Amino acid sequence: MQDAKRITLSGQGIVLRGNDIDTDRIIPARYLRTVVFDGLGEHTFEDDRAQLKQSGQVHSFDDPKFKGAEILLVNRNFGCGSSREHAPQAIKRWGNGIKAIVGESFAEIFFGNCVSLGIPCVVLDAASMERLMATIESEPKSKIKVDIQTKNLEVGGSSFPIVIGDGVRQQFLEGRWDTTAELLANKEAILATAKKLPYFNSWS
Amino acid sequence: MGRTLYDKVFEAHTVARLPSGQYQLLMGLHLIHEVTSPQAFSMLEELGLSVLFPERTFATVDHIIPTASQLRPFRDTLAEQMLVALEGNVSRHKIRYFAPERGEQGIVHVIGPENGLTQPGMTICCGDSHTATHGAFGAIAFGIGTSQVRDVLATQTLSMGRLKVRRIEINGQLRAGITAKDVTLYVINRLGVNGGVGYAYEYAGDTIERMSMDERMTICNMAIEGGARCGYINPDQTTYDYLKGRTYAPANDKWDRAVEYWNSVRSDPDAAYADTVKFRAEDIEPMVTWGITPGQSAPVTGQVPAIADFQVDEQESVKEAYQYMAVKPGAPIAGQKINVAFIGSCTNGRLSDFESVVSVLKDKSYKVAPHVQALVVPGSMKVKDEMLSRGWDKVFTAAGFEFREAGCSMCLAMNPDKLTGNQVSASSSNRNFKGRQGSPTGRTLLMSPIMVAAAAIAGEVTDARQLFGIV
Ligand code: SF4
Repeated sequence: MQDAKRITLSGQGIVLRGNDIDTDRIIPARYLRTVVFDGLGEHTFEDDRAQLKQSGQVHSFDDPKFKGAEILLVNRNFGCGSSREHAPQAIKRWGNGIKAIVGESFAEIFFGNCVSLGIPCVVLDAASMERLMATIESEPKSKIKVDIQTKNLEVGGSSFPIVIGDGVRQQFLEGRWDTTAELLANKEAILATAKKLPYFNSWS
Repeated sequence: MGRTLYDKVFEAHTVARLPSGQYQLLMGLHLIHEVTSPQAFSMLEELGLSVLFPERTFATVDHIIPTASQLRPFRDTLAEQMLVALEGNVSRHKIRYFAPERGEQGIVHVIGPENGLTQPGMTICCGDSHTATHGAFGAIAFGIGTSQVRDVLATQTLSMGRLKVRRIEINGQLRAGITAKDVTLYVINRLGVNGGVGYAYEYAGDTIERMSMDERMTICNMAIEGGARCGYINPDQTTYDYLKGRTYAPANDKWDRAVEYWNSVRSDPDAAYADTVKFRAEDIEPMVTWGITPGQSAPVTGQVPAIADFQVDEQESVKEAYQYMAVKPGAPIAGQKINVAFIGSCTNGRLSDFESVVSVLKDKSYKVAPHVQALVVPGSMKVKDEMLSRGWDKVFTAAGFEFREAGCSMCLAMNPDKLTGNQVSASSSNRNFKGRQGSPTGRTLLMSPIMVAAAAIAGEVTDARQLFGIV
């Protein structure tokens, strides 16, 4: 599966400042009343966007200068709150589709959900993040390249080292982030483990 | 060196080490609900796979169900569609479903324990972050995303990293009027909403040991709000007394074998922890949040903290919280006007939560303030039936509360129960994020059920101990 590999991800950036941005803000709960993920994209950050608009400001996701962006730049603890996958699913479907997220840190469940959607969340230290955000804010058309292979992020002439766990990195490089098949390959071991657990065997 | 419960349960359920370095972990119990499962079933069916252990998956409907009337079809066609999808999936895949029409429905984290499905030593997952609740029984229980729901349906396993274990010890006597909710809010306040990232929290100490199962569930429920993936409490006699006789609990000769096994998964006395944090029960006061994260809280006797009380990197979100909540640093916590009061949710929607309120309301003529809408929403139909048989619905309605059908209700407002405009809600739920209770500008103050009741009656945040004369 060639297209499952995530080796380099490039595109324009979009800067979304703020710590602890939770999944309720990424996709308001009223949009969870659905049995499919299609159509979530346009509602990404809907309430935050509306609120800023009211106060005469522009949310990054409405800002024309970030139109067409594919690399999302965030701060600390992005995606905290609920375990719902609707949040990364919405981000994935916004505009041209977000392909990678670069941030200071990510909430654990959100990070895992992104992995299973093939969206790498890579980490940059706070100072570099600030520099990167400032760069993209002043030159939004700059192309960002997230290189999973070399663990580097390049933009303009600068390069930043990114942090990504070895295991996840391998998964992306080899295109093995879609876990079902990999888990199912161990079916015998699954059944054997179940056999050892007394409660799986009516306490016999 | 001994092992923790987390170590033992994790190791017993490890199927394999995956090439990614993650562990493949077998799931003992998989709970599903209407919001995060339909897409998982679609993905499963697209792959042409079936459910590997249908007898280990249990379903309910909770998030979208209306609490005014549960007559079908629901007026909200989207909600109706979601329930129809769930019904189709459970019947196609032969999954036990706790249906409203059979009087079995409830919030997923209430019905698991209530039916004896949740047991010590298990791994438990659900497409819902408050799955941490089940850790109260000495299970390793955590929330998962929809792709993982698909994986568990297909393989009964998940790919997971191993967590560190932090022991949180709380010792001493809680003062009168202090509840498990105050304890859990206090811990999050002290350790921060990100303090638990990468950790499982083991709650211990004599304060915790004296708690009932309902109280322990309130504690573990909010482990996730402190950043921990899961929280747990070692099983003991209290756990076993609660479980005995429940529908899905082991019975007869199986019971003794089960208890023996459950005792064996307890953390060893010399277990190694990544770290240990200790708190004194005497220091805990009724806690109320003033901001937009569950960690932004203060004692009801205190004030909204000043910006200088926070680390530099937190100050931006604190300013955002002041602005969104329209509170000023230094303002007293007590006295903030409320519009809505909500008692319910998987944090505080169990029988003993309502009992704590009924015991102060009974035989008194307290009335909900005229400008306040107060909702009492049982966590499950069983809880509701029990309340009816004890006549508690009348105690609540006489005091001016609306007594509703079971569900998640205003905890996240996916059903018709919602805040409007910039209303302020005193809520016994677990999240005060912006817009959480249904209005994009609505404001939530988290607190214990008796503190919510006190706020409903006073029309503003007030110390329940004074209002109800709790000494
Ligand atoms: S009560 Fe609230 S937190 Fe609990 S499962 Fe329902 S929506 Fe989630």
